[in-house]
Amino acid sequence: MNFAAQLPVLPVIIPLVLAPFAMLMPNGRAPHAWATFVSWLTFAACAFLLAAVNDAGVISYQLGDWAPPLGIEYRVDLANALVLFLVSGIAAVVFPFAYASVRLEIDERQSSFFYCALLICLTGLLGVTITGDAFNVFVFLEISSLSAYALIAMGARRDRRALTAAFNYLIMGTIGATFFVIGVGLLYQATGTLNMADLHDRLLGQSNRVVDAGFAFIVVGIGLKLAMFPMHLWLPGAYTYAPSAVSAFLAATATKVAVYVLIRFIDTVFGFQFEFLGAAFTWVFLPLGLAGMFIASLVAVFQDDIKRMLAYSSVGQIGYMLLGISFGTVEGLSASLVHMFNHALMKGALFMAVACVVLRAGSHSIQAFAGLSKRMPYTTWAFIISGLSLVGVPLTVGFVSKWYLLQASFAAGFWYAGFLIVASSLIAVLYIGRIVELMLLREPAEEGPYAIPAKDAPLSMLIPMWFLVAMNVYFGLNTELTGGIANRAAEALMVMAGAGAP
Amino acid sequence: MESWTEFVIARYNYWIVIVLMMIGLYTVFARGNLVKKIVGLNIFQTSVFIFYITIGKVAGGTAPIYIGDELYHGDGHGDGHGDEPHGAAADHGADAGASLHAKIENDLGANDLKAAANDLTLDEGVIAGEGGHDAASLHTAPDDAAKIANEQLIDAGKSASQGFDIAADAAHGAVEAAAYHSEVIYTNPLPHVLILTAIVVGVAGTAVGLALAVRIREAYGTIEEDELEAMDNVAEFGAAAEATGTRG
Amino acid sequence: MISPSIALAAAVGAPLLGCLGIWLSDKSPNLREGVTLITATVLMILSITVFLAVGNGETPQILVFEVIAGLPLAFRAEPLGAMFGVIASGLWFINSLYSIGYMRGHDEQHQTRFYMSFAVAISAAMGVAYASNLFTLFIFYEVLTLSTFPLVTHYGDDKARNGGRIYLGVLMATSIGLLLPAIVWTYAIAETTEFAAGGILSQHVDAAGPLVGVLLGLYAFGIGKAALMPVHPWLPNAMVAPTPVSAFLHAVAVVKAGVFSILKVAVYVFGVDLLRDTGAGVPFMWIAAGSILLASLIAMNQDNLKARLAYSTVSQLSYVTLGAMLATSMGVMGGATQIAAHALGKMTLFMCAGAVYVAHHKTLVSELNGLGRVMPWTFGAFFLGAMSIIGLPPMGGSWPKFFLMLGAADAGEIAIIAVLMISSILNVIYLLSIPVRAFYMEPAINGAKAQGARGKGIEWGNLKEAPLLCVLPPMLTAAGAFILFFCADPLFNYLAPLIAEAG
Repeated sequence: MNFAAQLPVLPVIIPLVLAPFAMLMPNGRAPHAWATFVSWLTFAACAFLLAAVNDAGVISYQLGDWAPPLGIEYRVDLANALVLFLVSGIAAVVFPFAYASVRLEIDERQSSFFYCALLICLTGLLGVTITGDAFNVFVFLEISSLSAYALIAMGARRDRRALTAAFNYLIMGTIGATFFVIGVGLLYQATGTLNMADLHDRLLGQSNRVVDAGFAFIVVGIGLKLAMFPMHLWLPGAYTYAPSAVSAFLAATATKVAVYVLIRFIDTVFGFQFEFLGAAFTWVFLPLGLAGMFIASLVAVFQDDIKRMLAYSSVGQIGYMLLGISFGTVEGLSASLVHMFNHALMKGALFMAVACVVLRAGSHSIQAFAGLSKRMPYTTWAFIISGLSLVGVPLTVGFVSKWYLLQASFAAGFWYAGFLIVASSLIAVLYIGRIVELMLLREPAEEGPYAIPAKDAPLSMLIPMWFLVAMNVYFGLNTELTGGIANRAAEALMVMAGAGAP
Repeated sequence: MESWTEFVIARYNYWIVIVLMMIGLYTVFARGNLVKKIVGLNIFQTSVFIFYITIGKVAGGTAPIYIGDELYHGDGHGDGHGDEPHGAAADHGADAGASLHAKIENDLGANDLKAAANDLTLDEGVIAGEGGHDAASLHTAPDDAAKIANEQLIDAGKSASQGFDIAADAAHGAVEAAAYHSEVIYTNPLPHVLILTAIVVGVAGTAVGLALAVRIREAYGTIEEDELEAMDNVAEFGAAAEATGTRG
Repeated sequence: MISPSIALAAAVGAPLLGCLGIWLSDKSPNLREGVTLITATVLMILSITVFLAVGNGETPQILVFEVIAGLPLAFRAEPLGAMFGVIASGLWFINSLYSIGYMRGHDEQHQTRFYMSFAVAISAAMGVAYASNLFTLFIFYEVLTLSTFPLVTHYGDDKARNGGRIYLGVLMATSIGLLLPAIVWTYAIAETTEFAAGGILSQHVDAAGPLVGVLLGLYAFGIGKAALMPVHPWLPNAMVAPTPVSAFLHAVAVVKAGVFSILKVAVYVFGVDLLRDTGAGVPFMWIAAGSILLASLIAMNQDNLKARLAYSTVSQLSYVTLGAMLATSMGVMGGATQIAAHALGKMTLFMCAGAVYVAHHKTLVSELNGLGRVMPWTFGAFFLGAMSIIGLPPMGGSWPKFFLMLGAADAGEIAIIAVLMISSILNVIYLLSIPVRAFYMEPAINGAKAQGARGKGIEWGNLKEAPLLCVLPPMLTAAGAFILFFCADPLFNYLAPLIAEAG
């Protein structure tokens, strides 16, 4: 058994098998170190996988040597290799970052469970991404969600509202997952298979109410998971009250993976031969994407809690991805993929900066940010740069995203969408600008609950955070990895989907 | 044309699923008690389990447990496998007791749900293809099966991929085999397996949900949603309310 | 000498290195200012290298790297950019001298941040000047906006916050909301953003469609730094900044980057021919004309000296836009020379205003009565600068007005000539009244009282000038404006390729 042949299964196996060890370790530093180590191993596997796919094309791995379509297949093409790389990369940055933040925010006695759950959540996210089997998606989705509920609930030490937020997320998430299962069941009924590629073949030319209903159930189910406006209600609470490190991790990965699943189902499973899809693009994804962009972003402007503000901003940003998908073109799809990647970088960095502030100020209220530049300059500038990235200022990834999206909308003839994209990013100027002004131009509170000692976050947090900020700039200048791969991935997906006849 | 009542009764399993699903969802949304919400969620999930199980049912099929001793090897296998996809595909109309052969010869158009969109040939194609690639394995299955006797049926699928090209032939064979009114027809095992997984997931979700409910009760002293919301509001605006005296 | 191509990239990079140096020498003000001046000198040499190379008919260019496939970060010098580069870098040197005098004379806080932001801003201005495509231009345009924000909000009080909010709000809203879509749209049509002689759109656009007009509108208002009304409010609001910032950035680098971009877009993206054939520029020509008159009228009512100068700038910037929109070769030439002449003139005025503030803490025009008696050098320079802005010979500012009138005549827009004349008269009223007040009117009583502490009133002979470093720079720029008058011919020839390309 050689290493290369087993490579595709490693991103799932490594964290899954190694996670329970974290639980067996004594509370404190050991589980954290273990989780960090595992995340790096996983990242290495994903990076190798991306390189392999980039060189050799699609890799198919048969779990337990059972041939698809009966056996479960792991099918790695450029699109999911990129998402795997992203998710494991974010994990490899956030896990080392987590220690100081988690020690403050989580009961010491829970720390081994915490890191175990974090690793299992990672497993689930990677599994969703890598698998080529529709039902397997559900299983991994629930693995990641269940551990996410637990992780969010652990924020209860600081604020008991984490519990209700986690509960709401659980209800909505479970409904979403169950809808997804119903949809998969209907597809199985129509085709007798669960393998995605096989489903695609058998769905070709099928257009009946069973398949339509299956499509609708799947879209609603995933829509709940990815917080598609207006099914986003669980998200702000969950991100706000989760432990800060968990917010950073989930915000950068969970919704991205759900968006990926949506893309996978639309383009690989259904494809453009599926007549219902055109209507879904025009009447569901496009308007909901636009509505999310504006409404959620506007709501973000009026939030007094930074984490909640960023959460609403995430809902808005997901709107961009849906918009890109709804164009039904290669450019649109690659814009969505690029933005998925880039948004993970910026939101990850922003939530990490908030985590640093929470560490020192003990609060993520907007008041804690007043005059922050005089107290925590490095954190402040990390926030500013990633905030500019969110706005879409040149030399950052956000600009690359905007460019791709605009180009896609003009190329697809949706020129009005182009103007709506920039208009909504101006709303981002508002909510980011508000915080930046507060941080730079106000005097910090000298006393009271929001007074902060003039001491920046520890290096264990600053280094990963600034690494991510640097990535925000690096991928804003070098789009070889993101733009190049996303483009080719989108082309491959569109070929599979039967592009040209949307 | 079938009458309205026949239409309803012939699909009784779906009605059960739909009614359960609605009861479950209604409970989730309408009840303020967190435990009741979880119960509703479970009812909702149960409806989906039932849905999956009913689509796996093959008319006249038995539980998918291998009873090889009583059978001529190849054909027995063939029947079982050949049936399952057919069952999956054409179960909608399922007039109970009809043989496979009869079903194919019968006007599938009678099955409204499907016929509305599928033309007959396509339907047959799906069935044939479906039957094909499973049954294809059955030609090779005896060899395998001889070696790994008394394995679960699904195991034979391992070599399924070899047989795509002879799918049509195999399907034909399978259908013929079925026409001989073989003694043993198996129900499709795959939905059972899937739903076993889903049940495990559902139980895990319930456990987490109940655990959260317990923690919420510890933290808030109640599990009624309106009271929780009221307390959260105080937590959010409490300071302001005290300062200005305008808000409770 | 280094090769002009390298000099292009180095001109953008050098101030950034200087910024680093300034940061490292935070603790020692003398060293810090030394770094600034050395950087300014180096930058000036680099830009002159480029300038001379372009004059010799070379086209220095350099590709830094490709950001997105087909969209490189690249620099290429052409006459207009080379001229703008020299003006910006040369005036930065002068302004650095002035900043030192002003900031020290005024004992400002956060001086390191000030000089660092300044260095980044000049780097961005050079990037705009030498950008070889719209994509590069947009990147540096945005950097320029952001890097000047800390300068505008330098004082950090409520006024600065409000000013900064409007400054950033208007500039970001226009650039992201209008300019970016315009650029992407251009890219979608022409599949390139590379500036090309004769315009990149001309081959791709159906001249009859409304597209040209819409796109031109996106550019005209999207380039908010050109302060075409009604996207001008950022400029008066930017006046909350310390005077060196107003003098250099909001009379030279930032605003000129705006009108420079307008000219570039008109000449190299649309092409003068396309504009003329479609008549797309006509509505914007009238908006620019309205902007000229309206801003002048507003300027007349401003008592705050800097606000008056700011509105004057809004008015003068629209001359450039007007020149571009006339779509004649003389109009373009008028716009191009206006960039140079107005830079020198307006910078003089702002630096004089700053000198007055440093020496006497006066900000209102009505307080200036008689001040010319104690600050003759300052107000002398102010007088020359004002003459140049108005367009009176023998100052450099007279040439652009002349070219613009020629251009308007070529285009057959007689009314525009009238607009230009009325505007000049308005300029005379609101600009020349200031030195007249300072030299001829009797000082106010309370003004004399304020000076009483030193035992000397505001009288002839009682010189009370600002520090040397505050007085010398405006005199230098005023002299420059004077010299420019006699350099019209070389300048015209230098810029001639611009209109030769324009056809």
